[in-house]
Amino acid sequence: MTPEKIIVVGNGMVGHKYIETLINHPQYQNYQIITFSEEPRLAYDRVQLSGYFDGKTVDDLMLTSSDYYDANGVQYIVSDKVVAIDKAEQTVTTESGRVESYDKLVLATGSFPFVPPIEGGDGEHCLVYRTIEDLEAITASAEQSKTGVVIGGGLLGLECAKALHSLNLDSHVVEFAPRLMAVQLDDTGGQLLRKKIEDLGVHVHTEKATQSISAGEHCRYRMNFADGSHLETDMIVYSAGIRPQDQLARDFELAIGERGGIVIDDHCLTSDDNIYAIGECALWQGRIFGLVAPGYNMAKVAVDHLTGGDSSFTGADMSTKLKLMGVDVASIGDAHAQTEGALTYSYIDDAQGIYKKLVVSAEQDKLLGAVLVGDTDNYGTLLPMMLEGMDLPEQPQSLILPAIDGQEGGALGINALPDSAQVCSCHDVTKGDLIAAIHDGATELGELKSCTKAGTGCGGCSAMVEQVLKAELENMGMEVNNNLCQHFEYSRQELFDIIRAKKIKTFDELLAKYGSGHGCIICKPAVGSILATYWNEYVLSDDHIALQDTNDIFLGNMQKDGTYSVVPRIAGGEITPEGLITLGQVGKKYDLYTKITGGQRIDFFGAQLHELPMIWQELTDAGFETGHAYGKSLRTVKSCVGSTWCRYGMLDSVSMAINLEMRYKGLRAPHKVKMGVSGCTRECAEAQSKDFGIIATDKGWNLYVCGNGGMKPRHADLFAIDLDDQTLIKYIDRIIMFYCRTAERLTRTATWMNNLEGGLDYLKSVIIDDKLNICDELEADMEKVIDTYECEWKATLNNPERLKRFSHFINSDATDDNLAYVSERGQNRARIATDTERQKAAKGEEIATLAVTN
Amino acid sequence: MTDTLDNWETICSVDTLVDGTGVCALHNGEQVAIFKVRGELYALSNYDPFGKANVLSRGLIGSEQDTIYIASPLYKQRFSLSTGACLDDPETTIQQYQVRAHQDKVQLKV
Repeated sequence: MTPEKIIVVGNGMVGHKYIETLINHPQYQNYQIITFSEEPRLAYDRVQLSGYFDGKTVDDLMLTSSDYYDANGVQYIVSDKVVAIDKAEQTVTTESGRVESYDKLVLATGSFPFVPPIEGGDGEHCLVYRTIEDLEAITASAEQSKTGVVIGGGLLGLECAKALHSLNLDSHVVEFAPRLMAVQLDDTGGQLLRKKIEDLGVHVHTEKATQSISAGEHCRYRMNFADGSHLETDMIVYSAGIRPQDQLARDFELAIGERGGIVIDDHCLTSDDNIYAIGECALWQGRIFGLVAPGYNMAKVAVDHLTGGDSSFTGADMSTKLKLMGVDVASIGDAHAQTEGALTYSYIDDAQGIYKKLVVSAEQDKLLGAVLVGDTDNYGTLLPMMLEGMDLPEQPQSLILPAIDGQEGGALGINALPDSAQVCSCHDVTKGDLIAAIHDGATELGELKSCTKAGTGCGGCSAMVEQVLKAELENMGMEVNNNLCQHFEYSRQELFDIIRAKKIKTFDELLAKYGSGHGCIICKPAVGSILATYWNEYVLSDDHIALQDTNDIFLGNMQKDGTYSVVPRIAGGEITPEGLITLGQVGKKYDLYTKITGGQRIDFFGAQLHELPMIWQELTDAGFETGHAYGKSLRTVKSCVGSTWCRYGMLDSVSMAINLEMRYKGLRAPHKVKMGVSGCTRECAEAQSKDFGIIATDKGWNLYVCGNGGMKPRHADLFAIDLDDQTLIKYIDRIIMFYCRTAERLTRTATWMNNLEGGLDYLKSVIIDDKLNICDELEADMEKVIDTYECEWKATLNNPERLKRFSHFINSDATDDNLAYVSERGQNRARIATDTERQKAAKGEEIATLAVTN
Repeated sequence: MTDTLDNWETICSVDTLVDGTGVCALHNGEQVAIFKVRGELYALSNYDPFGKANVLSRGLIGSEQDTIYIASPLYKQRFSLSTGACLDDPETTIQQYQVRAHQDKVQLKV
């Protein structure tokens, strides 16, 4: 059967969603997709566009890749606009003259920014804000400007103002309506938002209609307003709304709405049975939907109809929740109380800058809408209440009143939500989906998020996902306790606080005062780690040695045969030829299997217990220190060669990597910590897969946090941009110490972040804004660790009593006679001796080394 | 240094053992792991039957309810110090040895 040929015109967010949905459909083999884009690249995340100005790269914004399309047999043509449709012949023609036939055509042409007809308003520095090319033009213009104006104070306009602000322009917003976000907010909400935005240094001008733009006196342009006032500026960005991109449909006679938009039915079909339209170009029951969620919904409906299903598009809720320039804003349903008989409740807290309004039915039994500014925590519970038509509690105002004196605020608990309530709108996850996943065993937040995808889009529902988890675990009768183990009825964080506050220095003292029993393989290493983080005493002292796990107890990584690997520190991966020769000689002398690690170091395998002190004596004599490869501590700071040699390097990444490695070496943490420093955005050090990734820009360092390779890779989050050396180190000091204090045992920073209530924004508020007022303390604790560093191997070599332990037998110089080897590619590697070989060895026979010939 | 009088072999002085840790002794050609926990001595085979390596003396000591155990440093199976029984696999028990502190010496029964 010849596959049905589908042409998707437009590869934006919705066009891509359609393609992705069809690829994942079980009948995909019956279709062949071709997609055209007039833009030079495939689909990217337009919703996160302003992230471009916070250091996100185009790659970060991409939603798909040529690899993905190639792998799934999708043909894609970029930078070539479809200019003609022949409905009878079922073909399209592009600007470059390419003709393709289709069985079904999908128009996902999106929208374009509306530029009001203003006299003189088409100058070189009068721009729009929609595509990556627009952003590049704005950036270029900003470099030649001091002042920037955004025309339009709606959602997108404020995003754009934020962009201008971060480009260091004196930024203004000019709005025709009497308030900002006129569609979503009421007067009080708009006023509060305005105040907050003005506090950030952005000027807001409302009720201003721009009549003409002429040459300015101090700036490039002068904007002349209808009320006779004026404003001078060097550049202007229009953000006065969008218009559906329906030109193609107009030209080739598909039905078009009076005010634009391609008319579609409930299955997203246009007036031609072979042509669908989806997203912002489509007009459904006289409405255009300028949000991405309804567009995605249309894409799903259109795919379903194509493949023989009969699902319908039934409109969309336009409620929104977002953070604008750090200000939380949400609007739900009938925010303006336009429903007949609607009543409102409102709560205003000028001191904290919080405004909440509920719109309820005349009978006061149903929620119709809400406005939230400054605190949108209620959004998650209010939205399903409105969408599901749930009954309001008897005193609806309790939903927006704050908790006072320990009383519960926001009266309605998560248990009141029906299973059908949508928790995550980005990935369409309901409360019922979450509960099913919890019953299937996803009982940890990070796990629940990764298996349901809830909270992994915009992240706005994270807190609610956690509430559902906690409530459901309680409902299931599972005790929700985070006690470290049966010996301590405290969490790791509580134990850390106890050790700090009570100045406890040993496990025995902690166990005697706050625990019971002997301790175990969970609490001993965990407490050992906390003590090491806070007091930084020698880990093999009599007080601490019994706490150390497999690797720490002999300062090496135990391998499967009971021998150890040896990893000296090679900070930043920089090593002199002499150093390399020393390492080579040591490896050769002790016949150690030698390998380069992923962290730019050298690993020697197969060292026996009694050999460790001899090997380390030679290494420390040559100036090497322990690399802590065995510890839950800083491992390596990987670097590229950076500006010292590279043609593209912006900063000296090697020196920064060495500084960081020498600063944090030896610090014991809840788990291992890896870092990377790249000298430019080409990112050769793969820093974004590390716990701390640092990337040089032309303005300083960008800091990424909580990345992870391994079993569940996690791309690090951009934490701060354009930092100088001091600020960078200050932030890392604080974050590491905060992590050491608050993470569960054996938790990498990635999981810590996934489980951190409030996520990245919360971490920023703690580290940058010092919300918890602990930054001085964190820095002081870190200084203490740095000041008390000593190489553990050097300390051990100077301690004859401790060296006695480095012998296989306490009463003999004999060595373990069970070690067996395979010789391969010129080196020996370990194998496990067979039982027969062991028996022979017990009688004094040697175990043969097997050879592998390749 | 074999003390044949009482059929006990002296291994080392009691002070050599750090409380809460183990050492390995060569005893009659066998590897024996000896542990000191709150002053008490225990002795088990040093061979980990799961990891198939001579490592138990280098494990971590803990308690589960009233049972004091050694956890293998390789894959963390736990063995009761007083019986040699594996807490994580009822089928497996490792050999026990008689050990005592005698005149400040650690001794194993020959």
